[in-house]
Amino acid sequence: MNCKDFLQELTDYLDGNISAAVRAELDDHLIWCRECHVVLNTTKKTIEIYRDNQLYELPEKLRTQLQQAIMTKCKSAKQARKSSD
Amino acid sequence: METIQNKAGEEVSSELGLVAAAKKGDLEAFSELVKRYDRNVFRIAQHITHNEEDAQDVVQEAFLKAYQNLEQFQGNSKFYTWLVRIAVNEALMKLRRRRSDKTVSLDEDVVTDEGTMPREVADWSPNPEQLYGQSELGDILKKTIQGLPPGFRTVFVLRDVEGLSTEETAEMLGLSIPAVKSRLLRARLQLRERLAKYFKSRKVGDGQP
Repeated sequence: MNCKDFLQELTDYLDGNISAAVRAELDDHLIWCRECHVVLNTTKKTIEIYRDNQLYELPEKLRTQLQQAIMTKCKSAKQARKSSD
Repeated sequence: METIQNKAGEEVSSELGLVAAAKKGDLEAFSELVKRYDRNVFRIAQHITHNEEDAQDVVQEAFLKAYQNLEQFQGNSKFYTWLVRIAVNEALMKLRRRRSDKTVSLDEDVVTDEGTMPREVADWSPNPEQLYGQSELGDILKKTIQGLPPGFRTVFVLRDVEGLSTEETAEMLGLSIPAVKSRLLRARLQLRERLAKYFKSRKVGDGQP
């Protein structure tokens, strides 16, 4: 296994979707390849940092307004459908 | 080795009940579905459009379209999967309108090898969060993910931020499973490469990266 092969398997490795045999080969590569070890750790951290820091939370006030707007539109759609039946 | 876990998980049975009631005209039931998923749809829309006003529109339009087309929802997939598919299409349309000079599609930039072979191999993984304050870190993360092509960042957001499976993501985006995997790998590696610029050399108390 070389570094290019390692990268090809990186996503499945991180997601745990990998056979024991391939995992063993990747682990073996990681023992002697510092660069792939760093790529693995920093990629894992990249995912964690985006998962743990939600960037776009919907503020409660805006959320209530949006919900009201949506339901008003749905109500009109329902009435329009009824009157056309 | 610790793996990245999916955090998706929902009560499908009561969801089907809500959908069935909403189909019969029960607006209260539909309102429950809105409350259940509005935050997720907003986050996804913001990541795709980069624009809060557009994201608000997408949330409204996606739920209204879902309501109007509820009859077409057959229950072969989860309601949420179907809803996100509608929202992603709405968000891409907004993005196209804003960038009238460009066509925006999920198929963009697939052939590029940028970021596939790592160039940056300094290890910044232990605790980059401690180098920056919360809002500064948020700005860095936003700026970095916004630089990715729409197809890459959409796949990354669905898989890694929202915690959906490869199969669900493929269904939501109308892509094949290998296509989702390939975009996810590239998105992860490009983000890693770009974040290294901010995280690698800075020590606590230092000046700029």
